[in-house]
Formats: sequence, C-alpha cells, structure tokens
Amino acid sequence: MNKPLTAKDFATDQEVRWCPGCGDYAILKCVQKTLADVEANPDKTVFVSGIGCSSRFPYYMNAYGFHTIHGRAPAFATGLKIANPDLDVWLVTGDGDGLSIGGNHLLHVLRRNVDMQIMLFNNEIYGLTKGQYSPTSRVGTRSPSTPSGSIDSPVNPCAFALGANARFIARGIDTDAKNLSPVLKAAREFKGAAFVEIFQNCIVYNKDRFEDFVAKKTAAETQIHLEHGKPMLFANGEKGLKLNIQTLALEVVDVGENATPVEDIFVHDETNPAVAQMLINLPMQGYPMPLGVLYRNPAESFDDAFWKHHPTQGKRTGKVADALRKGSVWKKN
Amino acid sequence: MVVRFAGDSGDGVQLLGAQFAESTALAGADFSTFPDFPAEIRAPVGTTFGVSAFQINLGARRISTAGDQPDVLVALNPAALKVNLPLLHKGALILLNTDAFNDRNFAKAHIAADPRKTGELDDYQVIEIAISTQTLEAVKPHGLSKSDAEQCKNFWALGAVLWMFGRDRDPIVQWAQKKFAKKSPEILAGNLAALDAGHAYAETAELSAEIPQFAIGEAPMEKGEYRSITGAEAISLGLAAAGELADREIVFCGYPITPASSILHYLSKMGDLGVATFQAEDEIAACCAAIGASYGGKIGVTSSSGPGIALKTEAIGLGMATELPLVIVNSQRGGPSTGLPTKTEQSDLYQAVYGRNADSPLPVLAASSPGDCFDAAIEATRVAIRHMTPIFLLTDGYIANAAGPWALPDMDDYEPIEVNASPATVEDGDDPSLALKKAIWKRDEKSYGRPWVAPGMEGLAHRIGGLEKDIETGDISYDPANHQAMGELRAKKVASVADFIADQTVEQGPEKGPLVVVGWGSTHGAIWRAVNQANEQGMEVAQVHLRWLNPLPKNLKALLSNYDRILLPEMNFGQCATLLRDRLELDVVQLNKVSGQPFKIAEVLDAIRENYPGAKQAAE
Repeated sequence: MNKPLTAKDFATDQEVRWCPGCGDYAILKCVQKTLADVEANPDKTVFVSGIGCSSRFPYYMNAYGFHTIHGRAPAFATGLKIANPDLDVWLVTGDGDGLSIGGNHLLHVLRRNVDMQIMLFNNEIYGLTKGQYSPTSRVGTRSPSTPSGSIDSPVNPCAFALGANARFIARGIDTDAKNLSPVLKAAREFKGAAFVEIFQNCIVYNKDRFEDFVAKKTAAETQIHLEHGKPMLFANGEKGLKLNIQTLALEVVDVGENATPVEDIFVHDETNPAVAQMLINLPMQGYPMPLGVLYRNPAESFDDAFWKHHPTQGKRTGKVADALRKGSVWKKN
Repeated sequence: MVVRFAGDSGDGVQLLGAQFAESTALAGADFSTFPDFPAEIRAPVGTTFGVSAFQINLGARRISTAGDQPDVLVALNPAALKVNLPLLHKGALILLNTDAFNDRNFAKAHIAADPRKTGELDDYQVIEIAISTQTLEAVKPHGLSKSDAEQCKNFWALGAVLWMFGRDRDPIVQWAQKKFAKKSPEILAGNLAALDAGHAYAETAELSAEIPQFAIGEAPMEKGEYRSITGAEAISLGLAAAGELADREIVFCGYPITPASSILHYLSKMGDLGVATFQAEDEIAACCAAIGASYGGKIGVTSSSGPGIALKTEAIGLGMATELPLVIVNSQRGGPSTGLPTKTEQSDLYQAVYGRNADSPLPVLAASSPGDCFDAAIEATRVAIRHMTPIFLLTDGYIANAAGPWALPDMDDYEPIEVNASPATVEDGDDPSLALKKAIWKRDEKSYGRPWVAPGMEGLAHRIGGLEKDIETGDISYDPANHQAMGELRAKKVASVADFIADQTVEQGPEKGPLVVVGWGSTHGAIWRAVNQANEQGMEVAQVHLRWLNPLPKNLKALLSNYDRILLPEMNFGQCATLLRDRLELDVVQLNKVSGQPFKIAEVLDAIRENYPGAKQAAE
C-alpha cells in the first residue's frame, strides 16, 4: 500500500518567486492539496499557462507543465487535448492574460467545451509589468498608465464565460481553501471546459482590492456560497436572495418568521443559465458575492467529439501508397 | 502548345481547364497548368477584374512551365479577350463567344468599340461561335432554367476543345457523372448535352474548316505510374506519408487563408492516413495548437501564407525555445500586407530565415514543383523530428494550384523517420530529480535533438517554457554564460542540418563555366527550360536549383565558385541573392520579377543572354 499523497508530492524543487504575501501562494497550496486529495497522477496531469504572475504556476507543480506565450495558453492546451485526450489539463491564466491579449482564445476554448480546468486568477491589475490597469480594473483605477484613473468599463470574467457558452462557471477566493478546494474538485470532475474565477490579492499593486467581501470578519454577510438545490441563504441563514418577478432580479431579503419565509428564498439551480446570469450580474454594493459553482450544465466535450467525428476515430487504416493511386492514374511503358 | 481559357469568374473556367488537363494526362502528353484567378469570388459579371483564366502548356516533350505565350485562347466574353489579348503571340488562334459581344458587355469591360471591327484582331486567327446560343439550344430538352442552362457553356467549350485535340470524351463523362449525379440529374444531363454539342459542332459545323485540329503525341517519360497533382495536394499527401514513416499521427492546425486553405481541405479528407485537422480561431491559435499537439507527442503542422505566418511568429519562437518539432508550410503570395492573395511571389524568404525576434535560426527548405512538394514535406518532417525544431517549408501560390504529371513514388524507397522518444538514463549521484532533468535535455551529439518526451509518459514529468533554460537541467536560468551557450546551441542545431542533407548538385550544364543560373522554389521550371534552350543555342550555362535555404548545402560555395558569374532569378526583389551574399560572400546578379505572375522562359533566357560573355555580340 502506497502512503497517501500530500501537497508536498505535488511541489517541485524550484524556488517560488512570487512576492511575499501574494495570493498565488495560497492558490498553489490549495491546488497541490486538492490534487493530493483526489490522488491525481502527476504523469497524467499537465499545467499550461500563458504569461504573467499566475503563469509561473506550472514551474511549481510536480506534474507536466508548459509555460507558453501571452494569452495563447488555451490554444496550446486545445492542441494538447487533441493529441492526448486522456490528460488532465489545467490552464492557469490571469485577468490580463486571459481577458485582454488572450480574450479570443478564452472565448473559443469555452464555447468549444475543451475538457480542462481553467483557473483565472483575477487581481484586477497587471502585476508582472508593474501595476498597469487591467481589463477587470474598475473605472477610475489609478495606475502608471492611467494616472488620472482608468475610463473603460471592466469585463466581468464569469459574465464573459457565460456569454461564451461555458458549461461550468465557478468562483473562489485565493485564501479560502476550504471553499476553493471543493470547487476545484468539481471543476476537475467536469468533462468539458470548467471556468473558475479566483479572486487573488496582488499584495504590491492592488492590495486588498477584494477586502469588501473577502475579509473573514464580515464574510458571512458579504459572501454567498451556492449549492445546487438549496435555497440561496447567507449571513448564517438570516438573509437570503429572493426573485422579484417584476424586475426579474434577485433581491436581498431578511429570512425568518417575521420576515420572508425560507420557502420563498430562491433555490439555486446550477443547470439554469438564467439563474447563472442573475448571480453573475449581482451588483457589488448591497449584495453578497456569489461563490461556488454558479453554473454547471454538461455537454459533449470537444476532445470527445473531435475523435468521435474523425473518419477513422484516429486510427491509421489506410496506406499512403494506396492513397496516391486514388483517382485517375496512367501508366507509361 | 499553350492553351488559355478565360471568362468570368462564375463561368466555370477553372473546371474547364482542369478537365482539359486531366484529358491531356490520359492522352500521355506532358503538361503544366497555371490557374490565374481573381481574389473576388464572383466579381461583377463582365468586368476585366472579374476575369478568371486557366492556362495549360502541353506537348510531346518535357514541359517545364505553363508556357510563355498562349497559342490558343478561348475567350468567353469581351473582358476576357481584352485582358488576355496582350499575352498572345501574333497568329494565335482565338475562339470567341460572340453571344457575349454586345454593347452592354463592352461598356462593362470599358471597351470603346467592338474589337472584331477595329482591326485589332487582324493579326490573329479568330473563330467566332455563338457559344451561349448553341449551349441553350443543346440543353433545351433537359428543362433547366435559363441561368442554369447558360452555366453549361463551359462544357460546350470543353467539348469543342476536346475535338480540336482529338480527345476522348468518356473520362470526362465519367467524372461528371460522379460530380453531378447526386446534386442534380438535370444539371448533369445538361452539361453532358453541352459537351456533346460542342464536340459535334466543332466536328461538323459549316465552320469546321476553320477550326484546326492538333495532334499532340505522347511525351517521352520514364516508365512508371503517373497521375496529375497540384502542389497543395502533394504537400498534403507528403505530410501523411511523413506521419506513416514516423508511425505518428499528424495533427494539422490551420486557419483559412488564400492560397493555403486547400492544404487544410485535402488533409481533412485524409483521416484514414493518420491525419487529424483542426480549424483554429485564428492564425496564432493554429500555430499554438500545432505546438500543443507536438508537445502531446503527435506531429504538429501548421500552414498559412505570409500575413498569417507573421501572426504565428511569436509561437514559432516558443517552439524553437522548447525544442519541439513543428512543420510550418508557407504558401507564399503577393505582398506586402494583404497584397495579392491569389497571385504568386517568393517574397517571404527573409521572413522564414531572418524574421523572428532575437537570434532564432530555423531550417528552411523550398519545394520546386507540384510533385516535388511530396518529397519536400517528408524531408521537412524528418528534419523537424530529428533536430526537434520548428521548420519552414516554402511553397507558393503558383505551385500550390498548378498541376502537372507526377511519377508516383514507391513508398518502400523512403527510410522510416526515427523518433527519439525515450531519454537515456543519466546518473547523477543521489539526486534522481536532477538526473531526470538532465536526461530530458540530453541532446543528440550530431543533430542536437532532445528526446521527444510527452505528457502522459510515466515518471518523466517536467516543465518547459519560453524563459531561457539551463542548458543541462532545463530549469529557468538567467545565467549570462548559460544564455550565451544556449544561443550557440540553437545556431549549431540548425547548422547541423547541413550534415544530413544531400550535397548540392548541378542539374544541367557544365560543372565549370562562364555562367550558372541559381534558383529556388517554383522558378525551377522556367529556369530549366531557359537554361536548356541556352545550351541548345551553344551557350555553356549551368543550372543549380536550391532545395535548402537554411542551412545552405556545405558544398554550395565551392560549387558556385566554379562559375564566372551567378544569375539568380527570383520572384522578389533579391532575397535569396542577399542570403547568398550574406552566407557565402558571393557576388550575385539579380533577376527580379514581382508582378504576381511566374517567370516566362523568355525572360530568363534574355537575362542569360545579357549575362553571357560575348553572347550578345555574337547574336548581333
């Protein structure tokens, strides 16, 4: 009997080079622990990344790893999955890598539903290039490239994913391994493109950007952890989300005998894209941050379909010598 | 004998030409074709920019190009006549579709007066036939709409031309039955009726005295099996053959672009030969996916034309840095920028040899004819796998689309492509992790290729990437001496290809003499015939045609130094000339043509005369 795997089995001998206190450390630890928990085989596991702080991730994982070029990791991973659909592929990207330079590829890997886990570390800033505003930065973000504040409207990563027809959309927080790990396990089990937005704290250039809902003290009030088939409750069950039929939007209500009965609280249906849409677009102010699996609606994965529809399911059944002679061939004597 | 068909881009001229070529092949003559079409799918009817043409050179001797000047022109409308008339030599035969010669079409083609009445056709033999009327009459019993019926006129013209060359209609009938039977029995019947009618008209019409017949005998070709093939098809079959020889699947990742798309189309039908194709979301993704496939242990191939190759550049650099095999096919077209998508050029040589950030050498080779694309694709794949490197295979719009007879190779003549997939054991004391890293990056002493280790292989998990790596362990390294060593390694690797390739040979002419014509790629045919003629005319001229552009064959400098003068015709402003000056420090006389059209034999021959010592005076 082999002794059980631990997070250490998935660590490499490489010195980790993120800034002290960076949220990436927590995510790395959580992923290593998660893979140990599910007894993943490092030889069948591949981490593919683009460019940016998050994209250093593969160097620190004892598995196969490919640190590629800026924004294009989804395309490399797609080619890899075509070549070997048996691999367990993890894509590591960030808000700049995945949604700016690589937005096109992220769109296509999601709509194709290529079987992999896509972890997008969102810190709303370009870290590795020293702090410029990113496509997820909120309007007014002051940065070296926007000294008087950014003016463009940010993209909501999960809304992008849903718009791209992603079939699995989830959210987690870097330092909250307790809730992030089950999300990663669910993503890994999902056959298709599983998109996970991870709020990640950039300690140097965008410190505590998410403190509003990440702070442990107030987390019960500011976070809602979704579970399929369960009412959308938070604040220790004292508050919940109710569907307003008039506005077709979710509203925060008090739950209890003298308030809204729990039966009237909206029940999470992770297979319903309309529900995912409402959750993803909840306003930041006055609402809890929806976390966990927001949407899960399986469909055939691209890599399965690719080989199913291949004329010979990938087998070499013909010979080139015969193929050369197809059509009209004539002889000279 | 050179025949050119021309009409509107919707007239089916390409089909007409291709079927005439097929018939030529079956008759045993040698031939070479040149489809010359506009970038617009259906340009406005009757305009000069909408003219599509197909030229074929056929003969009972070796045919090396699609021919300089047509002897016969079939013009289906006034615009086609206007555009193509300047190409003809005096006395050429012109078949006109008189139904299209009306004021409306003159206006569309900006023709002031009916050219049949202005005397501008006096120097040619003109045969006027109401092809549209004749076609409509012939297909009437088959109940086609007027527009469908008119569409049959290419078959009518084909019938007439087949008669002129004494050809059998049966193979065309069989082909049409296959092509149209499922689509529409009426259209099939209409086309066949038009084919027969054209044939019968040419044979029996009162005009028949005017329609000449030509007897083209069989060309002397070596014994064997032949078929007609285009460059795009030959590249596709060559890639499939390379996969077979390496016993690995080909994963071809492409994005639609003219004139490279046909490779994607052909390979999409070769699934049974161990080929899978993926149409990516853009050129960059196509290249990245191909590298991803190579990383996964299959043979990744991507293909494009100049603008698309430009987009792939960064990913190609990563392929080089991570030492993965990748075949990049560039079907060159007229540039810069969008340029002339359907026209040919050889102007991406700098891009292939020099065109990446940093010191990043890659092997580059070029195919010289449609049939040669097959061998070139095999060789490119072999080198990519042996040296573990991306490689450029250059072809161009001309050979991608042109067709010629091709002697079918015997697959048993090709050596298997060896794959080094398992790292040799490296002992490194008590540190198995270090030993593994060293084993993964232990390169072959001659080719500098590393073992092709793919994810999924047991016990070999490791990390690769675009950051500079330690030459021994593959770990990220910013060490100055290591970077220098890695740069030298990358250069040595590409240089080492020269140790494996054949010595350069002189294709024809003397081994030593006053003049050698050096070419590369698709100019081969025009140069071959021009040098051949020059020698027939008493000039001692040699021909050297390069397959390898980077590295150059080791003996090339010594070989070229045997000639007093080097003439280099190419379809760009001197890119290969630069390369020879740069790498071999040779003095080169340039002959540059950048018109989107392939070289004419006469153009090369004129340049030979100009550069041949004393020849000019002797001729005068």
